[in-house]
Amino acid sequence: MGDYILEMRNITKEFPGVRALNNVNFKVRPGEIHALCGENGAGKSTLMKILSGVYPYGTYDGAIIINGEEQRFNNIASSEAAGIAIINQELTLVKQLTVGENIFLGNEPNKHGVINWHQLYYESKKWMAAVKLDINPQTKVANLGVGHQQMVEIAKALSKKAKILILDEPSAALTENEVDTLMDILRTLKNNGVTCIYISHKINEIFEIADTVTVLRDGETIATKPIDQTTENEVIAMMVGRELSNRFPRINHETGEVIFEVKNYNVFDPDNPQRKLVDNVSFSVRRGEILGIAGLMGAGRTELMSSIFGGFPGESYGEVYINGQKVEIKSPLDAINNGLAMVTEDRKRYGLVLIHDVKKNLTLANLKKYCKSGVINANEEIHDSEKIVNTLSIKTPSLETKVNNLSGGNQQKVVVGKWLLTQPLILIMDEPTRGIDVGAKYEIYSIMNELKKQGVAIIMISSELPEILGMSDRILVIHEGKINGEFKHDEASQEKIMLAATGGN
Amino acid sequence: MSVVRESTESTIVARKSLFSRLNARFDLRAYTMIIALVIIWLFFTILTEGRFLTPRNISNLARQVSITAILAIGMVMVIVTTHIELSVGSILGLTGGLAGILQVWYHVSTPVAILIALLCGALIGAFHGYWVAYHNVPAFIVTLAGLLAYRGILLGITKGQTVAPLAPSFKVLSSGYLALVPGIILSSIIIIGLVLTSILSRRSKIKYGFKVKPLYFEILTTIVYCGLIILATYVLYQYEGIPYPVIVVLVLAIIFSFITNNTKFGRQVYAMGGNVEAARLSGINVRRRTLVVFVLAGLLASIAGVLTTARLNAATITAGDGAELDAIASCVIGGTSFLGGVGSIPGAVLGALVMASLDNGMSMMNVEAYWQPIIKGSILLLAVWLDIKTKKK
Repeated sequence: MGDYILEMRNITKEFPGVRALNNVNFKVRPGEIHALCGENGAGKSTLMKILSGVYPYGTYDGAIIINGEEQRFNNIASSEAAGIAIINQELTLVKQLTVGENIFLGNEPNKHGVINWHQLYYESKKWMAAVKLDINPQTKVANLGVGHQQMVEIAKALSKKAKILILDEPSAALTENEVDTLMDILRTLKNNGVTCIYISHKINEIFEIADTVTVLRDGETIATKPIDQTTENEVIAMMVGRELSNRFPRINHETGEVIFEVKNYNVFDPDNPQRKLVDNVSFSVRRGEILGIAGLMGAGRTELMSSIFGGFPGESYGEVYINGQKVEIKSPLDAINNGLAMVTEDRKRYGLVLIHDVKKNLTLANLKKYCKSGVINANEEIHDSEKIVNTLSIKTPSLETKVNNLSGGNQQKVVVGKWLLTQPLILIMDEPTRGIDVGAKYEIYSIMNELKKQGVAIIMISSELPEILGMSDRILVIHEGKINGEFKHDEASQEKIMLAATGGN
Repeated sequence: MSVVRESTESTIVARKSLFSRLNARFDLRAYTMIIALVIIWLFFTILTEGRFLTPRNISNLARQVSITAILAIGMVMVIVTTHIELSVGSILGLTGGLAGILQVWYHVSTPVAILIALLCGALIGAFHGYWVAYHNVPAFIVTLAGLLAYRGILLGITKGQTVAPLAPSFKVLSSGYLALVPGIILSSIIIIGLVLTSILSRRSKIKYGFKVKPLYFEILTTIVYCGLIILATYVLYQYEGIPYPVIVVLVLAIIFSFITNNTKFGRQVYAMGGNVEAARLSGINVRRRTLVVFVLAGLLASIAGVLTTARLNAATITAGDGAELDAIASCVIGGTSFLGGVGSIPGAVLGALVMASLDNGMSMMNVEAYWQPIIKGSILLLAVWLDIKTKKK
């Protein structure tokens, strides 16, 4: 057993209605950097949540063995005690506190409850040196860039004597230089005997840093291979290698003239204004065309589209043309008035007023149609809502049911319905089928086809490759804010898209 | 899934009459509140051996509730947008004081003095809204600053004195009663309006092909509502008639119920409160709406200010002191949620009535003054706790 520092054996984890992990085996050797790859939703995060005690012992089947001993983690603290530390995609630092305070948060050197500040800052320095962070430990975290914040997180993990460090998409929010620094730090840590589990779907990074790679797909382990015995293409094939079934009712339809055109569009990170999230992107869409936008999480797809829609907080510049006319869109209201609509991702956060009823949600973006001098014609409103409920077959007991009480698929249809009522020329759909079941997905696709026939231009952002391939007439692939590939429906393949999305050509 | 049903059959919605639409957010919770109110009234009636339910006391109670109710109407909209307005008591004092000073010291006529006071209230509201909406300063801070500052300004402009007396035309705003004949005309107008709207609404529904309730049912509900109006009018005329402040409250409650339920502005305000991001992305100008909500709250506070000055027949430095807390309590008892997006005007008015009934009843029972805020505070806590309990089930 001494071969492995960590073994996860036959891990199975079920959520209501979904088997997220099925008999997963994951073995890590001491002192290696072990990459964990897979598409969005393959089960990487679930597996790591089990390892870090977020899902406690008893909520899953299987065993976790560290240094030959079986472990039962009841919470995060118990996994930390066993030497496991996780650094999440969303950093969990307290921004108002200093770097030193954050490193020792909950673990402050003290005597009878009185903090020894000199010792705290002295030791902080030591841990910061381990991650090559040369700043004053009394700096507030809020004043640091994302890259530095991440290093503080790593220092914090090291201060807890972590032996196994899990990094979940650490490079997603970093600039190129910051990624290089991160790579350096990881190599140093490796030399100091720290084991790293590196979750990423950026293949080039994995091949740069990792010793071993494990691929997960649909909740199952596909393979574990030393990095020098595999190739980028093989890893990509393992990540996407499921058969495309006939789940996509795509129709061939003559596209019309170009209706929507974006030229040289740039978007900046609101939290890190030097960083470009979208870099000089240009594209166009035709009437009756579905343009798929593929790319990895954090590639800048949502930022691009919501910025065009006037709903993104970061700075942006570039030109937008509708029907050949240049338009200025400064707010979602401008966008709606220009015939744009956007089905946002995360319907609960951005799409719906959950505590309000179906009807009020449906007409929210189009209220002016039902108003005469500001007064709502309730019957007109009901009439239209009823029509859209029937067209989209939204299953709801009544128009006055709170959307909170609908299933995910029906909630999503309410969001789609809201935007259809504005009769858009251009419909942007950001992850239109995330978190809904197969049947509801099919219905959403059928709605898209119907709109296509009516000449609506659809721009669909999706992280699900089969969906992108199955529904799009044309596919743009975005990698780190730039367009890195454009494919017609019949020339696209999973491998080509995955390669372009991970930065290859 | 229990919610899934055949969509075609299930989406047929029975429409409600205008009156019930005005009370759209009035459902189960409102009925429990009405029951609670009836219990409180019965309780006091028994303990005061019937004195509580005399026409004279009802008339008094209606007058007492008016100031809090008007403030609560404005407060509902502020709380629905997840903000708070702590300075309405001070705005009440300042604008009321201003109207008093203008009339007593500068001999300005009643309508002009009132108009200036209302304008002042709306401007103060706009000032608050500007800071909250365009500079993202928390409403709690902006209006706390206002609470302190306006009380100071009031103290300064009145030079610490009580400014009295006002012209009879001003005083009558609070102490006056609508005479019998105009009162009957008013009630008749309301009844005719009620009947007409139910007929029109029924016709419109049939035009749109919606299912309507059986005719006898609609006639019956209309008769019940009309009966209640006639009863209320009758009781009030057993004493002196309908007090003017009650008319003001009724008119404002109807106007603002209409605004919140039947206008684009109202709908958008509630949507903002429910999910400000979704509202913004649906094309709602969140900042402008927020500004208007504060303007309305300021305006309503100044109306309450004018009525207070009229009632006291003087501008005093303590007018409206602590009134914001009564207004907030009324909203909360009336079902307005601090999480935003939920709350109703009739609910808040009923909440104000609960608070005023407690004050009035306890005074009649000669409960010692220090007990009254203690009991009101306890009932507020109890009401919200019960609400949370029942919501969980």
